[in-house]
Amino acid sequence: MSLCYCSAVDLLGKLDSGEVSSVELTNAFLDQIATHDQTIHAFLRVDRDAALSRAAEIDQCRRANQPLGRLAGLPVAVKDNLCTRGQPTTCASRMLERFAPPYDATVIARLRQAGAVIIGKTNMDEFAMGSSTENSHFGPTRNPWHPQHVPGGSSGGAAASLAAGMTPLSVGSDTGGSIRQPASFCGVSGLKPTYGRVSRYGLVAFASSLDQIGPLGRSVADVALLLKVLAGHDPLDSTSADVPVPDYTQTVLQPLEGLTVGVVREHFGEGLDGEVEAAVREAVRVYQSLGATIRDISLPHSKYAIATYYIIAPCEASSNLARYDGVHYGYRTDEPAMLAEWNAQRRQFEARGDTQALDNLDSTLVRMYRRSRAEGFGAEVKRRIMLGTYALSAGYYDAYYLKALRVRRLIRRDFDEAFREVDVIAGPVAPTAAYRIGEKIDDPLAMYLGDLYTVSANLAGLPGISIPCGFTRGSLPIGLQLQGPPMQEETLLRAACMFQQATDWHTRRPPPTSTRP
Amino acid sequence: MSAQPYDVVIGLEVHVQLLTRSKMFCRCSTQFGAPPNTQTCPVCAGMPGSLPVMNRQALQLSLKTAVALNCEIPEFTKWDRKQYYYPDLPKNYQISQYDLPLSREGWLEISDPKGAFAPKRVRIIRAHLEEDAGKSMHDEVAGKADSRIDLNRTGTPLLEIVSHPDLRSPQEARVYLNELKLLLTYLGVSDCNMQEGSLRVDANINLHIPTPAGKVATPIVEVKNMNSFRAVERALAYEAARQYEAWQETGLTLGAPGGHKTTRGWDDQAQVTRPQRQKEESSDYRYFPDPDLVPVIVKPEEVERVRGGLGELPAAIRQRLQATYGIDAYDADVIVNQGRAMVDYYMALADAVGDGKRPSNWVQQDVLRTLNDRDIGIDAFPISAAALAELLQMVQRGDLDNSRARDVFNEMLSSGKSTVEAMQALGIARVDRGEIVELCQRLLGENPQIVAEVKGGKQKALGALIGQAKRHNPNANPATVREICLRLIESM
Repeated sequence: MSLCYCSAVDLLGKLDSGEVSSVELTNAFLDQIATHDQTIHAFLRVDRDAALSRAAEIDQCRRANQPLGRLAGLPVAVKDNLCTRGQPTTCASRMLERFAPPYDATVIARLRQAGAVIIGKTNMDEFAMGSSTENSHFGPTRNPWHPQHVPGGSSGGAAASLAAGMTPLSVGSDTGGSIRQPASFCGVSGLKPTYGRVSRYGLVAFASSLDQIGPLGRSVADVALLLKVLAGHDPLDSTSADVPVPDYTQTVLQPLEGLTVGVVREHFGEGLDGEVEAAVREAVRVYQSLGATIRDISLPHSKYAIATYYIIAPCEASSNLARYDGVHYGYRTDEPAMLAEWNAQRRQFEARGDTQALDNLDSTLVRMYRRSRAEGFGAEVKRRIMLGTYALSAGYYDAYYLKALRVRRLIRRDFDEAFREVDVIAGPVAPTAAYRIGEKIDDPLAMYLGDLYTVSANLAGLPGISIPCGFTRGSLPIGLQLQGPPMQEETLLRAACMFQQATDWHTRRPPPTSTRP
Repeated sequence: MSAQPYDVVIGLEVHVQLLTRSKMFCRCSTQFGAPPNTQTCPVCAGMPGSLPVMNRQALQLSLKTAVALNCEIPEFTKWDRKQYYYPDLPKNYQISQYDLPLSREGWLEISDPKGAFAPKRVRIIRAHLEEDAGKSMHDEVAGKADSRIDLNRTGTPLLEIVSHPDLRSPQEARVYLNELKLLLTYLGVSDCNMQEGSLRVDANINLHIPTPAGKVATPIVEVKNMNSFRAVERALAYEAARQYEAWQETGLTLGAPGGHKTTRGWDDQAQVTRPQRQKEESSDYRYFPDPDLVPVIVKPEEVERVRGGLGELPAAIRQRLQATYGIDAYDADVIVNQGRAMVDYYMALADAVGDGKRPSNWVQQDVLRTLNDRDIGIDAFPISAAALAELLQMVQRGDLDNSRARDVFNEMLSSGKSTVEAMQALGIARVDRGEIVELCQRLLGENPQIVAEVKGGKQKALGALIGQAKRHNPNANPATVREICLRLIESM
């Protein structure tokens, strides 16, 4: 089998034994990207030279028997909302097309320290807002299982890069399902850690109280390996938890005895696709066959999760994205054209003697803000900024934001109660498998409803993992979501790995794509 | 007070830069005066992806101030984002505190040492922490409209202290500011340098005017851009007069249509306030809790620890100086206003001399004059408290008169000599009392007409004798000569 579909764990073994060098490995993945990414468009940028020179460095260290990090020599792809020093970090937005941060995100620094070879930056929905990667300013990513379908989002590039064998590991971010849903759509494994488990320093913020960086891989064991590198307290992030990080790699292969799996009544209601439901129910039976106890549970407030999420996330986004105004950061409108337009307007009002219009005329500064933001942001980002700005405005704050915070606490309480009875909660990741590109892009509400099963984990700050559990008749992957109590990633990974030890869904590969779309 | 036909109602908002080494939410230096944009990092520059981390020292200094201002310190406080677009605000929001500030409901007592108004407690609504914005420099040379932004100041910890509208005159406002500044200086929480912007004042002012139909209030005006306490006093005096005139002209009152709060800026050159753009007035800051920062828990034990470490505050020191050294309120005020180092100097001096009044006079006149002339602090004053005490003790004993002592003082100042060396240099010797008695006896014998005049009740006549004594012996203390002569004449 080609190196490109080997597990990260196996590849590390090959590197250690000298069977393959990091340069060879990196070249293999670069070749795979070169062959397939014109079709898939999982990457926004691939820095071939930097990757190869880093790989050569690691090879040299290995030959010299120098101490090596956990990922030494292994290529890793990172989502383009993670700051990489001196390299463009665009968030797939025109706004940040030319932004190259002067610093590394904490997770990037951790990857570098672990000896990872950063192979490229992956495509995403603009500022991580979206569920299909169609909102990228640089064009959509295609699902390697079916190029006419979306890979999910917003970490669509991260998931697709794995499914297409372009990288053994990928780092994404998840604000409302942005790791789990694309993992599900692309048939790979992806974990959203507990809020605070991984430092957010250097992750370009979408919604700060919901954002969390997490690992994607082609198996749970690989996800465990990457999580161990990413996780840990960071003094630069006040919201990062100062708790020890277990060595997930040591325990992930050990099945859990006496596992109790909760199945949420409310998850199997209206909107859930029949094939997805069947696959998820079958997955629950697999757990049963492995000796787990299955318990029917209720999360009564889960029906409010979408509404709550689409208040809180846009509120925070409207604030976080205020800085992109053409003054300090981001795209700036063509100033001479803007000034010419402004002056023409003013002269027109003066000629008409329209003092009212003259009074209402904005300043050139405000005009510059307006035009820069109008031109620099895409439609979905603007929609969310407007929603959030509205919800935080005087007179609406209590009815929307404060109310949403209250419901958020109730949602968390539901989970706290549920986890007194069960170890993990199993259910669907998304109501359907990957849909066709363009199918939902003009129906934002339908798109938002696709986040039904994933946003709760973000609102409650809980860890959740998505693993493949079947395919539709149209050969599109279906995902199973497992959610666990805060900081219980170890349990979650072991529970997920049990499933992969008993099934082979995660080992399926998409058909080779042609180099032409 | 004057007989103006209205009450002035003033509340002050004071922004104080705290004396921390690093900024509120990052590790950049807060040093003033560095070249533009050299003290910045991803965090204070609002770089995408960066996150704030609270400076604990800033919180400590704020708690110290709040406790000294007799504020309540709630156990729970949090950070909020105040959102508005401005080029010197890189994130386009300011991290501040909205509904749950770190302190509330305190007071500061003010009094006028000359008794212009009765001592009063000015209530404090709240003191909260926030980050400073950057500085815009508008380059208007040759019609260019370029603006430059310096982010060195961005993120500097600011404590905003908001008073109730308890001040009743521009003078009270100035005294309040003086007292607040003194307190902050004693606490060591700020250098309160208005030139460098480490203390900034905004004032809210309106008038309550009694009319036959009852009391009416004029629209509240927020006055900005005052660069000294004197400017505050003048701006408020100007504004009170202007509001009264405007009211007489228009009858416009607070809350009436068009009677909303407005903002005016003080023009120090023209000595007037001018209206500022009204558009910004209607802004909605869309405050909400900052999700990047965790709430702060301040335990009662911590508040007590802070209280225990406050040290003696100006009001208490004033009381103590009056009680222990027998000086009056005015003198105590002058000394305390010079800062803790001066208080220590004075107390060392008074303790050594064994008297309060004379050291107080010397400190206020001779020492202070020198400090002002040389533009130095008491720390750099060349005469130690012990050396000055030695000099004053001689005056106290009558060995030296004030004017000779002043000569010695000046010699010590200019040459750096000790008391004894300075006296030697000036040819001043301590005078033996027997020597003076002898001299007086001789002079009285030579001037029987003066003796007769004194005996006749005209003590003034002694003046001529004292003058002669001084010519014979420059070290003769006039008071001593006088006392000896009177005793000798009595026994004649």
